[in-house]
Order: sequence, then structure tokens, then C-alpha cells
Amino acid sequence: MGAIQPRVSEPATDELALVEAAKAGDVGAFEQLVRRYDRNVFRIAQHITQNREDAEDVVQDAFFKAYSNLNQFQGQSKFYTWLVRIAVNEALMKLRRRRPERTVSLDEDVKTEDDSVPREVADWSPNPEQQYTQAELRDILDRTIHGLPATFRTVFVLRDVEGLSTEETAEALDLSVPAVKSRLLRARLQLRERLNKYFQRRERNDGSQRPRSGDNNQ
Amino acid sequence: MKCSEFLRELTDYLDGAMDAGTKAELEEHLAWCHNCYVVCDTTKKTIEIYRDAQLYELPEDLETRLRSAIATKCQQRRKADPEETSR
Repeated sequence: MGAIQPRVSEPATDELALVEAAKAGDVGAFEQLVRRYDRNVFRIAQHITQNREDAEDVVQDAFFKAYSNLNQFQGQSKFYTWLVRIAVNEALMKLRRRRPERTVSLDEDVKTEDDSVPREVADWSPNPEQQYTQAELRDILDRTIHGLPATFRTVFVLRDVEGLSTEETAEALDLSVPAVKSRLLRARLQLRERLNKYFQRRERNDGSQRPRSGDNNQ
Repeated sequence: MKCSEFLRELTDYLDGAMDAGTKAELEEHLAWCHNCYVVCDTTKKTIEIYRDAQLYELPEDLETRLRSAIATKCQQRRKADPEETSR
């Protein structure tokens, strides 16, 4: 079994030039950076906040904050990693405001007993996602990831959905590399476990129905 | 190798971030432990399904609106304090 193929990120050779031009007052150069990354920032914000309006606000606020603080970007990391860091902080602030009863922090080491130990080991159908329509599949995936703690969700989306490296994820979230790896492992295993009931291979031919997306109550 | 040891290395294994010796040990375990093989395979599928699902795509009309709002805010800031970003 081979390793997962990483997403190939676009070359960012002109990126520093765009940042420098924006610093010098060229708003058009900054708009090019917005066009390059607004979809990524929206996806990350929606994953963290789980709320469309909040995600829209995060996109605007994160880019505006980045523009206002461009002088603090020293070019030691990629512009995108720096931007993601701002966006994640904005998204977490939204989440805290919406759920003031729970402190949301990426530093918390969420302790759940043996959450990394698979409880159910069942093989999946060869192409499990094809059992569902695209809308059903999105609903299943949305509900499933929604059930993860914010700290796991955020690491998973940066590393596995957006394709940041482990080191870039650590930098964007201000976590150590071992902390990213530990959260990533637990996020991946928990998602796998939760998806079992939708994707596992069904040997029985007794007329039982496949679960529908609405059955998920997690 | 125990299954718990295999699980601890699963993330690095899936990311291809390990030396050849450790990889060979893990693959030897996978060759005889069906449970770990299934966990590894379905975890890999989990990642691929999420990566390919295109959840939360930004609709074009919303994207246009957001880009315009961001550009307006940045231009206003530029006019209000032209030295700020380059300081």
C-alpha cells in the first residue's frame, strides 16, 4: 500500500513580487493574491466555523488584516502559510463568540480515552463514495467532520484537504510538529471510524437498506 | 511489531515520511495483520475522499462579492493611511 499522493501546489515564484508591490501601495497586486487564495481561505474558514456567514466574514477579515499588516510579513515563510495563520485565528475567534460556553483552543490536548484505537474494523467497498450521489456524499462528509473537536478538524483540513506540509501546518497553527502529527493521527482515525457505517462492504443480501445520509446523528 | 506500534506510525507511513527500514517493518506487519491492513487502507480512503470531495466550494457570485468588498476595504485603507502597509 503506497503513501497518499500529496497535492501539488502551484509554483509561487511571483508571490514575493506581488507582496512587495502590495506593500508599496499596489492594491491590484494584493487583489491578485486574494484571487489566488480566497477559495482556500473560505474552505478552511467554513471547516472551522461550520457556518457560512461566519466563513464569509473570515475571508473578508483575514484578507483585510493581512493587507493591513503586510509590513509584518518578512518573507521567511510562504505568504499562504502566513495568511492561513491569520485566517485560522479569525475563524477560531468566530467559533469562540458563537460558543462562549466552550473555550476553543488549538493548544488543548483533547483527551478522549483510547480515541485512536479502532473499535470497528470492517473493510469498505472498493469505491465506497460511489454508493452515494454527490449531494449525499457531501452531506455525510460534512456531518462526519462536524463531529470532530475543532483542534482535530483544523489540523486535518490544513494537512489533508489543503495539502500543507506537516511543518507548514505546525507553523500556521503555532503548534509543534509532534503535536500536529498526534492530532492528525487521531483526526484521521476518528473520521475513518465514523465513516465506517456508510462505506463498509455489505456481504448480506437480505434486502437491508444502506444507511441514508440523514441517519447520521453524530 | 504490535498493532499499537503500527498505529502510532500510521500517519508517517501514509505520508511516506519514514526511512526504508521502518517502512519495511510496517509492511511486514501489514502482510500478515488483516485488521491493520484494513485500518490503513480505509484511513487512506478517508483522506482521499475528503480531499476529492470539494466540500465548501466558494460559489462564483459570493466570490465576486467578497473580492469586491476586500478590494474596497483595502483601497479605503490605502487612501486613509497611504504609508501604513509599506512602513
